[in-house]
Amino acid sequence: MTDTPFIARGFHRRRPESSSSRLPPGQYETHDFPVLSAGPTPRTSLAQWDFTINDANGRSVRWSWDELMALPRETPTVDIHCVTKWSKFETRWEGISLDTLIAAASAAGLATASYVLAFADGDYTTNLPTADITGGKAWIAFGYDGAPLPPEHGGPARLLVPHLYFWKSAKWVRGIRFIDRDAPGFWEQLGYHNRGDPWKEQRYQGDP
Amino acid sequence: MTRLEWRVATVVGVRDETSRTRSLALNVPDWPGHRAGQHVDVRLVAEDGYQAQRSYSIASAPEDDTLELTIERLDDGEVSAYLCDVLHPGDGLELRGPIGGYFVWDISTAGPLLLIGGGSGIVPLMSMLRHRARAEASSPARMPTVLLYSARTANDLIYKEELRKLAEDDNSLMICITLTRDAPSEWRGLRGRVDRAMLERVSATVADRPNVFVCGPTPFTEAVATLLVELGHEPSRIRTERFGPTG
Amino acid sequence: MQSEEMRLDGNAVAGALRELFAIDATAADATCGGCGRVGPVGALFEYGQEMGVVLRCSACGIAVVRLVRTNTAMYVDFSGLRVLRIPQ
Repeated sequence: MTDTPFIARGFHRRRPESSSSRLPPGQYETHDFPVLSAGPTPRTSLAQWDFTINDANGRSVRWSWDELMALPRETPTVDIHCVTKWSKFETRWEGISLDTLIAAASAAGLATASYVLAFADGDYTTNLPTADITGGKAWIAFGYDGAPLPPEHGGPARLLVPHLYFWKSAKWVRGIRFIDRDAPGFWEQLGYHNRGDPWKEQRYQGDP
Repeated sequence: MTRLEWRVATVVGVRDETSRTRSLALNVPDWPGHRAGQHVDVRLVAEDGYQAQRSYSIASAPEDDTLELTIERLDDGEVSAYLCDVLHPGDGLELRGPIGGYFVWDISTAGPLLLIGGGSGIVPLMSMLRHRARAEASSPARMPTVLLYSARTANDLIYKEELRKLAEDDNSLMICITLTRDAPSEWRGLRGRVDRAMLERVSATVADRPNVFVCGPTPFTEAVATLLVELGHEPSRIRTERFGPTG
Repeated sequence: MQSEEMRLDGNAVAGALRELFAIDATAADATCGGCGRVGPVGALFEYGQEMGVVLRCSACGIAVVRLVRTNTAMYVDFSGLRVLRIPQ
């Protein structure tokens, strides 16, 4: 067994780490948009699609696709950072702010909580502090780069939380559930960080 | 069976197969031997500690003296670019293996053999064909074997000369090549994507119950496997290996 | 655009499983905890790319095995696997 790693002559990472302050630690800039998926691409028709907010008391509010499309939309342009080390600058999205949806849910009598579990078609889930999806930090995004969000990137709609590592921006999102105690989602159960701030390099459980 | 260990192999030869593929011949210290169809994991570590790891099918037969890998240079591939462009004889290459007990074939497996490869999916199938040729060198009667190999153009055919020679020397081996994108005017092989009609024409009759191995990009492999089942092949006799990104 | 070659079925995780168990799991038969279907680990569909490995049942789609390598540990979730039969 090799204890000291064998250094491959002349091998280096494809893109050198930039000293740009726009890049979080350990990241490199890409102009691609790599596709990473934990399962097959779902094909939910817009007629069947809905988005739900649940609270810990069993209350829920639901929007159909048409109802969501009627809400005021925003067009954030943001940098995104994947825990697999690529970052992509100036990505352009269109979506509904989570603030709009949570306000409507509260008005309907739902109780918020400190954490949420976002859930999607298939078995994908991810947990986030509520503070990280409010205050203009998160959207339900259905447009990317001026066109409808393609299925492989999470269309018809995905969660968009660009200030955290991009696995938190759940593709094919169908709702969020308010939870009082943090509970790990799909990747968090397998060692990824509960919060995932790229500027603090919170990639894995145990990272400060 | 022992735990896998990383070993440093030495590159003893390189050979360009096509404009985009290169074969590497390696001397691996204490190599335990392998079975046709298995693969190795290759690991590259840079001076700053950056690591990249990929899997590559073994192209050589278990009977061969050196271990051979055939690498396709991919557009954004940092590992394949290194293996094809930078690595040269004398260099070390860290790998572990052999790995795999599912997509493997030995001469001891009875029954006709049907091999279907798309693009670089030909690599593990080549290991099987080389093993078959070497192991049965002295035997007059060999089990009927068909290879169906799909490539984009004639220039993309890996092992072209060797395949021609293998078929020429052996009545029990039939090799069918189909070009899907562009074929020279004098091309006498098949044209177009592998479809149901082509599979029906080239495969051993279903009643012979061949062992089937399909390897290539995911859409290719899944489409071919589905067609084979529709044609009556038993799913349990079809083994697949998928390369490349998901859909 | 083509991406770097990656194996996309249970054969890909073979190396990691060999590290764990000193057995070749790809030829082993896995009984899916979701639908009960039995088939080789090597035939399971793999997802996850660089995040980790997710092996799904080709019949019902549940995650049979999930595997992640972090900076300090390897996490393996077998909860979707009911029985693993390893030929001796």
